[in-house]
Amino acid sequence: MDLAALKTQLKNFVQSMFEEDSTNPNFVEEVITLFCNDAERIINEINRNLGYQNVDFSNLDSYVHQLKGSSSSIGANRLKLACANLRQASDERNKEGCLQAVQLITCEYCLLRRKFQALLHRGVLLSLRPTKNE
Amino acid sequence: MGMAIDRDDTQFHVLAVDDSLIDRKLIERLLKTSSFQVTAVDSGSKALEFLGLNNNDADDDEEDEQRDSNTESVSSDEDQDHQDLGLGVNLIITDYCMPGMTGYDLLKKIKKSSSFKDIPVVIMSSENIPSRISRCLEDGAEEFLLKPVQLSDVNKLRPHLVKGRSKDIDSSHKTTSTRLITSGN
Repeated sequence: MDLAALKTQLKNFVQSMFEEDSTNPNFVEEVITLFCNDAERIINEINRNLGYQNVDFSNLDSYVHQLKGSSSSIGANRLKLACANLRQASDERNKEGCLQAVQLITCEYCLLRRKFQALLHRGVLLSLRPTKNE
Repeated sequence: MGMAIDRDDTQFHVLAVDDSLIDRKLIERLLKTSSFQVTAVDSGSKALEFLGLNNNDADDDEEDEQRDSNTESVSSDEDQDHQDLGLGVNLIITDYCMPGMTGYDLLKKIKKSSSFKDIPVVIMSSENIPSRISRCLEDGAEEFLLKPVQLSDVNKLRPHLVKGRSKDIDSSHKTTSTRLITSGN
């Protein structure tokens, strides 16, 4: 499939996500909400884990993996990178490093949530309709 | 709506397997936009269940009935229905990292099954590990997609589906008649 055709297809696809779809009218909102709830749950779990004297790093690994995965899927690059940070510290069994990394994750998540809130706010949503570069 | 959808006369049915709800929703959307019919499940064992494959893929039906009469609601009629459903799947797309049965385990089980070994299997992963990728491809996966899955990736799947369907039609006659003989004793 040539580039122009692919671009058109992509544009239509992105546009369709914002348009009313009878089977799922609130797709974008739904996915964003799901992601945020999930992310907050995981961040809380990570913090809880790090609160223990003996940190269960493999458990931590599993949570970071989940968060990194969904961040990547939803396109939250900065958050994904922050997760990679935590992954690294966790691999090194570095508790202090993990605590710092979680701070960064929390920051990035807060930034992201603000962006999402702006996105879901009606007025901004319309002006962000994909007519520009994809 | 003005969408340029790639229309086929026959709709292909994709079975998507991923333990992450978000990933399931996204892949489902990607596939539906490309005019595929989608069934999404959250584990390898649910995928096998959907296909009508018991976890051990036992050929001996009697053994199945004795095993667990509660969960094993597979009477000979339902078995036939599952088989029909299973035959209706044209492609399986699965995440690699899943608790319990990994995507790789699922791939192996499907390739071992006489009824389903010809269904193309595609594996997705968020991790770019070359040895993992080559192992999956060597053991029968048609493609290995890196997450996040893009629309262009989904476009790559179509040729595999067409190939799978023509094989399916040939083998389905054979397997259906075999099932009829062995089930419902």
